[in-house]
Amino acid sequence: MNLLETLSHTVPATGMFANAWWMIAAPLLVAAFLLLAGRVADAWGHFVAVAAVVFSFSIAACLFGEMLGRGAEERAVESTLYTWFSVGTWTFDVGLQIDQLSILFAMLITGVGSLIHIYSIGYMAHDERRRRFFAYLNLFVAAMLTLVLANNYLILFVGWEGVGLASYLLISFFQHKKSAADAGVKAFVMNRVGDFGMLLAIFTMLAMFGSSKFSVVNAGVPEMPAIWATLLGVFLLLGACGKSAQVPLQAWLLDAMEGPTPVSALIHAATMVTAGVYLVVRSHVVYEHSMIAQTAVVVVGTVTLLAGAWIGTSQDDIKKVLAGSTMSQIGYMMLAAGIGPAGYAFAIFHLLTHGFFKANMFLGAGSVMHGMHDDVNMRNYGALAKVMRYTYWTFFCGYIAIIGFPLTAGYFSKDHIIEAAFHYNVVIGLCALIGAGVTAFYMTRLMFMTFWGKQRWQPGVHPHESPKVMTLPLVVLAALSIVAGALMNWWIQTWLEPAAGNHPHEVSLIPTPIGLLAIAVVAAGVATGWYFFGRGDIPKVAPASKNPFTLVGRNVLYGDQLNDAVIVQPTYALAAASDATDRHAIDGLFDGLAHGFGGLSTQVRKLQTGYARSYALTMTAGVVVTAVVLILAHLA
Amino acid sequence: MTNPENVLMLAGVLFTIGALGVMLRRNALVAFMCIELMLNAANLALVTGSTMNGGLDGQVASFFVMVVAAAEVVVGLAIIMTIYRTRRTTSVDDANLLKL
Amino acid sequence: MIPALIPMVTGASLTFWICAPLAVLGALGLVLFRKAVYSALSMAFVMLNLAVLYGTMDAPFLVFVQIIVYTGAIMMLFLFVLMLVGIDTPDSVIETLRGQRWLAALAALGTVGLLFFGIGGSVRSGPFAGLTEANAIGNVEGIASLVFGRYVFIFELTSALLITAALAAMVLAHRTRVTEKIGQRLQAAQRMRDYAETGAHPGPLPASGVFAGHNSIAVPALLPDGSVAESSVSRTLVLRGAALDPEDLRSMTADRFAAIEGVKEEEGDE
Repeated sequence: MNLLETLSHTVPATGMFANAWWMIAAPLLVAAFLLLAGRVADAWGHFVAVAAVVFSFSIAACLFGEMLGRGAEERAVESTLYTWFSVGTWTFDVGLQIDQLSILFAMLITGVGSLIHIYSIGYMAHDERRRRFFAYLNLFVAAMLTLVLANNYLILFVGWEGVGLASYLLISFFQHKKSAADAGVKAFVMNRVGDFGMLLAIFTMLAMFGSSKFSVVNAGVPEMPAIWATLLGVFLLLGACGKSAQVPLQAWLLDAMEGPTPVSALIHAATMVTAGVYLVVRSHVVYEHSMIAQTAVVVVGTVTLLAGAWIGTSQDDIKKVLAGSTMSQIGYMMLAAGIGPAGYAFAIFHLLTHGFFKANMFLGAGSVMHGMHDDVNMRNYGALAKVMRYTYWTFFCGYIAIIGFPLTAGYFSKDHIIEAAFHYNVVIGLCALIGAGVTAFYMTRLMFMTFWGKQRWQPGVHPHESPKVMTLPLVVLAALSIVAGALMNWWIQTWLEPAAGNHPHEVSLIPTPIGLLAIAVVAAGVATGWYFFGRGDIPKVAPASKNPFTLVGRNVLYGDQLNDAVIVQPTYALAAASDATDRHAIDGLFDGLAHGFGGLSTQVRKLQTGYARSYALTMTAGVVVTAVVLILAHLA
Repeated sequence: MTNPENVLMLAGVLFTIGALGVMLRRNALVAFMCIELMLNAANLALVTGSTMNGGLDGQVASFFVMVVAAAEVVVGLAIIMTIYRTRRTTSVDDANLLKL
Repeated sequence: MIPALIPMVTGASLTFWICAPLAVLGALGLVLFRKAVYSALSMAFVMLNLAVLYGTMDAPFLVFVQIIVYTGAIMMLFLFVLMLVGIDTPDSVIETLRGQRWLAALAALGTVGLLFFGIGGSVRSGPFAGLTEANAIGNVEGIASLVFGRYVFIFELTSALLITAALAAMVLAHRTRVTEKIGQRLQAAQRMRDYAETGAHPGPLPASGVFAGHNSIAVPALLPDGSVAESSVSRTLVLRGAALDPEDLRSMTADRFAAIEGVKEEEGDE
């Protein structure tokens, strides 16, 4: 079936699909309710929040089930809710598009979201601003669902900004800490750069096609000039980079770990940061018509996957290691999305499995912190496997999933990407392969420093297992981390074919040569990790290192310094120059004028002495002069 | 009948002397009298004009000037008295607060 | 027969040449006299001269108005105020405003030049019309017919102006009492209080002395012990040096008494 025909072919919403908007409305209403209800809802508000997300999840599941029952041609459903506004000949509708791609996202968001909500009940139990926290979480879920369910880029952008807002609010949730407040601002500002790209992309679409609907844009792209297709792709990529913390807009993600751990798990690992991948896959038609934009996506993805892995190797903060890992994994997805039709399904596949195992590990890290008095430094951990059995085993499931242990989730999804990368370009494939090895290395390091080895606990810290409400979601996610790959391996390509395009890649259980190579590289990474961190004691303070590799990694690739030097300082300089120009040149001109008149007035003012006799003299002289002038004029 | 030009010249001289007095004398009463002198000079000119033109309008105008001068003197002297009461001075130079 | 009331009409030119220099002299006196009273008298002199000139120009009504209203009423008002504010303070000859005299002289010169130039350029050199015709029904009647005819509205306005001026003068002259008025009772109480506190004498001051040949208020009284009562003579007289020396008077009185005693003795002897 022709790709374009498939995409423009949607059926009207009927039955269950007509009620799809409740998925968004429920968490949104609950968020508003919790924020407005005040302290009345302090005691039970979080249960309402959990109920709202579970409700959304049940709707998503029902829709998914109904979709499964339909034929492939009737699965994509589009419904227009109402007209937002119309300007001139442009009409902007609020509409939902529920197709194979977005329903997977909706399931991921609401499913993982529900688990994280439940987990948060335990994690935030002692926080006095818990109600507000759940309100923000619900706001995030509503915005994220808007993002993935929208049927045009404008509504997508509304959700895009909504998740940005929720992200900002949640990163700086511990607003009394300056670092948290700064991190929120940083994330917000860097996301603005990406939003700028999004806006430009939407403007381009409106100018080119008069509409930002997916169907219209997809139909119009093949006819548009190549240069505009490239620009559109680059604009969208800029937006994706901002939201997904891809190089060069990656610097905010590690600071975003200042937020509560469930937030890191939900927003900065499983869902929001993957919005960029969603955007690229959703706009795949654009990239298919622009070689340059497509290559840019691949390059960005490859660079980011290496950069994230690099950062992961040298951080001591458990959450920052996971954040670096997240960057790296999203780099994989970007790479896959950039490869073309061969990679779309794998990008989404990896996105889903990553959502499970990374959320699992973040929540596990949260559980560890919970038992370690909110200490995040892995050098103060060690030998936690014995005291936190549930946390350890679930985390271990995540660990083997992310490094790609055969038959776990990561094995399927990542191997496909590496393989596709090799088919695309050998250099890119090698990079992806190296990334897999480094991933194995830093995750092994994390495991040794946290769960294995000798205990290096701070005095007075007594690690203990977290309550059931926290471990239950961990168990569910751990199970998914193991089996999700095998469940979806054969199914997802066919499922996504109408939405993301068909691809020629066949999968089988028997590893290809490249798959075997990947397993070998991973094993080497694990061995290296054991060699450095598994044999001896781990010092309590990071040893001073002159190794530039380590230094760069510890300093997060000098991203902040680079931004400061390239963007911030020149901006300051420009502002200072503008200020100086305004203050001295422009103000100086007018001030000088004013001073001139002031000086003149000071001189003229001396005529006003207060002496009536002087005034009489002036009047007399004035009369004489005026009369003389008049007479002379008359005579002339 | 004398030459009206001479009378007008006399009026001009008197007027100028009055103006000079206003400009030079510091005693408020004297300055005020100088103003009266100027008014008188103007009256003289009006009466001369009346004679020259053969109408009585100039004399009527002169009469009105006198009435207005009377009113002005009443108010002016009251003001001078008030200033004297509060400031113990009749010098126009001492009432110089109206300035920057 | 109004013109007949003015005997000077016939020698109009002569009168002008007499009165005009006098008026200018008076005006100069007004400006140059340092004492304000002299200035005021000079001003009155100028006005009288002007009245005479009005007479030469067929304006008998204005002659009287000038003399009665201006010289009689307004100038006397000036003199009253002069008396109120004190006539003893002559103006200082030192000019305090820098350059005022020179500039004023220059401006005056300009004014004179302008007026003369203006007059020279504007005076109609035709025949002098004269007021014989206009004054045919009489000068006062002529003026009256104009004032109550053509200029009646202005006339009414001037009446309003005068009333306003009178009100304004009353408002300005009115002084608001800020302290309680001290009556006889309060004054007596105050005197007794002063006596109690400072010992000041509560009664009237001692009367002036009475000596043989002298009983004016410039003569101090003597106290019973023969000393001089200082408070019996007004301080003003003492400061003015008008008070008499009681010692001289005493000796003179003693001589008189002695003479009287001598006469009595001679009579007794007889």
